[in-house]
Amino acid sequence: MHSHPTAPEPVVSPPAGPVNTETATLDIEGMTCASCSNFVERALSRTPGVQRAVVNLATEKATIDFLPTQIDRAGLKAAVEQAGYGVAETAANATTAPASPLATDDELEARKAAAYAKLRRRFGVAVALAVVVMALSMVMFWPALMARINTPLLNYVQLALTLPVIFYCGREFYVSAWNGLQHRTASMDTLIAVGTGAAFLFSLVATLLPGWLTNQGIMPHVYYDTTATIIALILLGKVLEARAKQRTSAAIKALLGLQARTARVVRDGKEVAVPIEQVQFGEVVVVRPGEKVATDGVITEGQSAVDEAMLTGESLPVSKKAGDAVFGATINKTGSFRFRVTKVGADTMLAQIVKLVSEAQGSRAPIQRLADKVSAVFVPTVVLIALATFVLWFDFAPEATRLPLALVNFVAVLIIACPCALGLATPTAIMVGTGKGAEYGVLIRNAEALEKAYQVDTVLLDKTGTITKGEPAVTDVITVPGYQAGELLPLVAAVERQSEHPLAAAVVRYADAPENRSGNSTVAPLATADFRAIEGQGAAATVDGRAVLIGNQRLLREAGVTLTPVLEQAAAGLLAQAKTVLYVAMDGQPTAVLGVADTLRETSVSAIKELQRQGLEVVMMTGDNPQTAAEVAHQVGITRFFAEVLPADKAGKVQELQAEGRTVAMVGDGINDAPALARADVGLAMATGTDVAMEAAPITLMRADLNGVVTAISLSRQTMRTIKQNLFFAFIYNTLGIPIAAGLLYPFTGWTLSPMIAAGAMALSSVSVLTNSLRLRGFTPNS
Amino acid sequence: MDTSQVLVTLIGLGLMGFVGWFFFLAPHQVGAATTTTAGVQQVDIRVKGGYSPDVIEVKRGQPVQLNFYRDEESSCSEELLIPDFSIRRELPAFQTTAVEFLPQQAGRFEFTCGMHMLRGSLVVV
Repeated sequence: MHSHPTAPEPVVSPPAGPVNTETATLDIEGMTCASCSNFVERALSRTPGVQRAVVNLATEKATIDFLPTQIDRAGLKAAVEQAGYGVAETAANATTAPASPLATDDELEARKAAAYAKLRRRFGVAVALAVVVMALSMVMFWPALMARINTPLLNYVQLALTLPVIFYCGREFYVSAWNGLQHRTASMDTLIAVGTGAAFLFSLVATLLPGWLTNQGIMPHVYYDTTATIIALILLGKVLEARAKQRTSAAIKALLGLQARTARVVRDGKEVAVPIEQVQFGEVVVVRPGEKVATDGVITEGQSAVDEAMLTGESLPVSKKAGDAVFGATINKTGSFRFRVTKVGADTMLAQIVKLVSEAQGSRAPIQRLADKVSAVFVPTVVLIALATFVLWFDFAPEATRLPLALVNFVAVLIIACPCALGLATPTAIMVGTGKGAEYGVLIRNAEALEKAYQVDTVLLDKTGTITKGEPAVTDVITVPGYQAGELLPLVAAVERQSEHPLAAAVVRYADAPENRSGNSTVAPLATADFRAIEGQGAAATVDGRAVLIGNQRLLREAGVTLTPVLEQAAAGLLAQAKTVLYVAMDGQPTAVLGVADTLRETSVSAIKELQRQGLEVVMMTGDNPQTAAEVAHQVGITRFFAEVLPADKAGKVQELQAEGRTVAMVGDGINDAPALARADVGLAMATGTDVAMEAAPITLMRADLNGVVTAISLSRQTMRTIKQNLFFAFIYNTLGIPIAAGLLYPFTGWTLSPMIAAGAMALSSVSVLTNSLRLRGFTPNS
Repeated sequence: MDTSQVLVTLIGLGLMGFVGWFFFLAPHQVGAATTTTAGVQQVDIRVKGGYSPDVIEVKRGQPVQLNFYRDEESSCSEELLIPDFSIRRELPAFQTTAVEFLPQQAGRFEFTCGMHMLRGSLVVV
């Protein structure tokens, strides 16, 4: 035994110890078959310096381990070219970057369009010929005409017209059925091929050898009209199906279409328009009014209002200023700004949404399991039923008509059976449903989540950050007589502007709000002096010549300020509402108390009401004390709540509700509530701020708004309703259609089903299922 | 019952027996050869009325790349589903579509066409 001359062992074995090999990947051009790739592989392996080469025909890539001391990339390229193949030059960074889901495949699109055009052409030819064949076959209903026509000639003309229908229009069915048989699989094509094949072959015998059939006591009847019409109708079904299918996946295409093509990048102090693929991390991008934001980043200067509807479903533009995050594909409305790029390509929000939606569309819903099991045995079973139909008709029908009846019913059974309707029932609805969700800022991770959300009867809401905004805000300002809130607030805000306390920020926000500026909106911040932050108490400063104190009661007490009875009472009232109270003193005199609380999101009350209207029990959970919890629950109309729940116990509360036999949807922020979200039957993570933890829960709400919960649940209900309708229709259609086609009604009513009507029903059944799924496109959250 | 009826009945029953055996009983699985390139387990699969090979054995925890070459235009095979890995992919005719994923758990996972007619299984060990 000796080694093959074309694959020699390396003459010099690599030295022991670490060898500095490098790995390169080359895109090989011109390979068409497995022997080509073997050839390239051998050529590379033989090249000195190459330790190992693997060529993959499918990806057209060569992966080569080589010694950089002996050969370089150019040398490898030369070796491939010497072997007669090409190496595609790719940008250096393109080979290392992970494939972005945003890369649109124009070639795939073009191929699909070409396939569709071809299908339509085949359908057109089939219809034209079928109409003529049908007209010719009608002649026999006209005895006067029939007598003058040469029947064998008529049959030959019909045969000539049917041949192109079989071999051009319907070729795919026969080829596909044959391929399937080699794998012992049977599909819809098998049914069509056997059905039309049987009708055609019988007709062929009747045309070529009519005398022989007559001698056997069989009428030499032809079924060319049946054959041609079935193929035309099934192609019609395929054309409609192809059109409808394209629309089920429109959501992804729409998302992909959102991305910007170019970006105005600042390079060397100049603004240059570059293709979006060339924008690099850390660069500064300029966005003018009306332009699309190119990619994700953080605003460095300027401010504007940005329309983020395409990502979050929020219809109102969101105002943005320096330090705020902006996202690619959103549209800048009013101002100009510059932002620093923080994410490009596959890392952007848009790319993540696309990835999530396309994964959801590939997932399987548990409800589909039965349909899947049925489809797996469907076609062979139908073939068995068809054979039994043939035998029974042949054995029991009157002798004169037994063969035509057996044949016609055999064909009808094969043609009416529609496994496609079963196969399309669930996935098409899931595709439209998840796409629709994305449009409203509800990202559904998989079909199972969509199915679970429909069974939910209890919604558990985390309070802070979910029902409420999760940040304190001034809710009450109560002053002593002689002071107006309008004159007081600027002074207090001037002190608090210096402080870093979250409550101070709430006071500043409140004072700066346009409605609290008492008319003079252009007042410059007042000058402050002697600012002091007093740990655990508050702050003090001199503003406009007046000594201002703001903080808790202890601050005032230690400064020797005593509250007036009016303020005392006001403070007690605020405390009773579970609010935090800030006390204000001016020049040693008590002047005001401010109530601060975490405020409700504007939409919380109406969203909770809507959930309750839909028959869901809404339960709240919070770490706050029972008084605060009760107060918030009362405000939003929730009767059941859990207070003083430690973060670690949140999952336990979900379990507690589940133990009551409830199916629980948990709504939280995705970061602190992760265990509870995981524990719940359906977890809904609400995006807060800039970070969207899309992995945290099966459903992500892109907008911090409880209306998203309403949308998710009603979308789930409508999708599941559609799926159930589809499955019901598909099962009923087949379980009724097949026996009728087999002639079950004949003994009672004398009905049999023409195979042509069977073909029409079959073509329409899968289209009906698709159309029903597409109705989901009309979903609006408020319906 | 005349002769032709007896004949048709016998042939019919025979065919039914054959169809049942052909699709349901006969063993018809083809195993796959996996090549490993740079730590990626690769399998080339031809799609033509079915998947050949239709049983693919891969190792857990190592990325897998399945190269589906769709060698037909029949619309039955135009979509590929691997639901356990949330994959739904269109396979253009006469082209290779590479599908990549990372199997984390051992088990038997199905891959099918869009209508669930053509099937294959992925065995992760």
